[in-house]
Amino acid sequence: MNIPDELFYTESHEWIRIDGDKGYIGISDYAQHNLGDIVFVELPDIDIEVNAGDQFAVIESVKAVSDVYSPLSGTIIEVNENLEGSPELLNEDPYENYIAVVAFTDISEKEKLMSAEQYEAFCIEEDKK
Amino acid sequence: MTKLIFERNVSGANSFQLPPLDIPAAEGAGKIPTHLLRETPPDIPSVSEVELIRHYTELSKRAYGVDNGFYPLGSCTMKYNPKINEWAARLPGFTQIHPYQAPETVQGALQLLYDMGNMLGEITGMDHFTLQPAAGAHGEMTGVMMIKAYHNKRGDFKRTKMMVPDSAHGTNPATANVVGYEVIEIKSNERGLVDIDDLKAKMSDEVAGLMLTNPNTLGLFEEEIQSIAAIVHEGGGLLYYDGANLNAIMGVCRPGDMGFDVVHLNLHKTFSTPHGGGGPGSGPVGVKAFLADFLPKPVITKNGDQYGFDYDRPDSIGKVKNFYGNFGVIVRAYTYIMAVGHEGLKDACQQAVLNANYLRCHLQGKYHIPFDRLCKHEFVISARNQMEANHVATLDIAKRLLDYGYHPPTIYFPLIIKEAMMIEPTETESRERLDSFIAAMEKIAAEAMDDPRVVQDAPHTTVIGRVDEVTAARSPIVKWEA
Repeated sequence: MNIPDELFYTESHEWIRIDGDKGYIGISDYAQHNLGDIVFVELPDIDIEVNAGDQFAVIESVKAVSDVYSPLSGTIIEVNENLEGSPELLNEDPYENYIAVVAFTDISEKEKLMSAEQYEAFCIEEDKK
Repeated sequence: MTKLIFERNVSGANSFQLPPLDIPAAEGAGKIPTHLLRETPPDIPSVSEVELIRHYTELSKRAYGVDNGFYPLGSCTMKYNPKINEWAARLPGFTQIHPYQAPETVQGALQLLYDMGNMLGEITGMDHFTLQPAAGAHGEMTGVMMIKAYHNKRGDFKRTKMMVPDSAHGTNPATANVVGYEVIEIKSNERGLVDIDDLKAKMSDEVAGLMLTNPNTLGLFEEEIQSIAAIVHEGGGLLYYDGANLNAIMGVCRPGDMGFDVVHLNLHKTFSTPHGGGGPGSGPVGVKAFLADFLPKPVITKNGDQYGFDYDRPDSIGKVKNFYGNFGVIVRAYTYIMAVGHEGLKDACQQAVLNANYLRCHLQGKYHIPFDRLCKHEFVISARNQMEANHVATLDIAKRLLDYGYHPPTIYFPLIIKEAMMIEPTETESRERLDSFIAAMEKIAAEAMDDPRVVQDAPHTTVIGRVDEVTAARSPIVKWEA
């Protein structure tokens, strides 16, 4: 299972890469593996405001339809439009292919997210369930 | 592969002749503006009558229904549909009437609808029923619209959220969303039941209610239902009963007595009407008396010995279906209830629960059973062990069941269980039939250990093997082209 060190993770299996005052959001390798073949990604509108934990995108795989939640509060300033035509990119490389970019408002919310090490332990627990 | 009907086209093969017109030609045909008329005739295949019949007969042999064999599709209650239901629905008194007829000329049909509402009320412990909704999700929408109308009528506009457990049928959050609610998910606890602490934490004066299935999709009875009802009611919300699993409690206990305010039923599940292939279904909704004003109109009334319609319902959410519901289906369900009676309904429920537990106990050891205790009408097993050992997934096992002649159970649901298979045998299966299914499941479990490829490559006996679901979803071809 691939869990890059430099990212932060949520219990709902999103990652965020902090880059100055914005964050790139995607889903983890664990998430894409468990979802199976992804067939559709519903991207958010640009400029919508989200709170940490708000659903902002939807991923449909052959197994299930899942919501994607924002790890931080802020404004969605960019979406990865490549996913509209090629949803399989999320399976192929879930870390290279972000879903959206959030201009976050409160970096202290990051404290509630998991480090790579914590997230790996969390996934191991999830698998035991 | 069977040819499509379009591929059977032979120019001139259809020699069907309409008789000469023996009445005056309708006037007005020439009045349709020419730009609205098509220039070329529609592309309808030309096939002789016998070839047409053979085509559809061949297709019908490919279909699999409960009349062909065991169909343990969890949460769908694929019970046998007694043929007496069909006899009743085809009685000329029901088939030769029209919904626009004057009420005094269709008293028998209205009496059936009126009595059906009362019987469903008695079975569920509710005060009033509407029979209009066309199926389960439509019933949910009708019920949740009434909940919204109730809060609005009281001027309580703050309630913008609907609670739904994480084990719920997908239609519950979808319904709440369509009616305009924000969905809040309630967690399940380690016993597979509603987490009371999570429910308490999320109940507020912004919550319109809780949609609950009892027993839930794991086949487990919500033992704390009275506490759940109290928490929701004390917070000013209403409690909605998803009737998908009523077969598990029918005749034994009643949602109305548990504290539910609104109930929808699936006549095509619990009350033995046709189900697959579009049914059509029927999703009656029952309410407690304090919600009666919001029922869809018209309401069927009885004055003395005369039945009629009451359209004067100012607080009604309005009509939710043309005319009065899927009448033919209601006749079938009415027939079922009358045929089996009070004791029969209870017996059906108990047999359904017994069959589910019989299967569960015999699959122990071969499959992981996450909540391995007394279940109701269905239970969930997991292919977790087969997955860990040899990468044999639930999907593989489901496909392998086709080779053994069974319709697979519901798979990958509920979402809270990994590699889930949700099995609901229903009451109409014999012990012999259950034993043969158990034998097939045991064989597949053994194959998963000794010869995993035979499971992973299944099915081997069907006309089509694995469908390419990924391409079908990513690049669907939805029409035929020459």
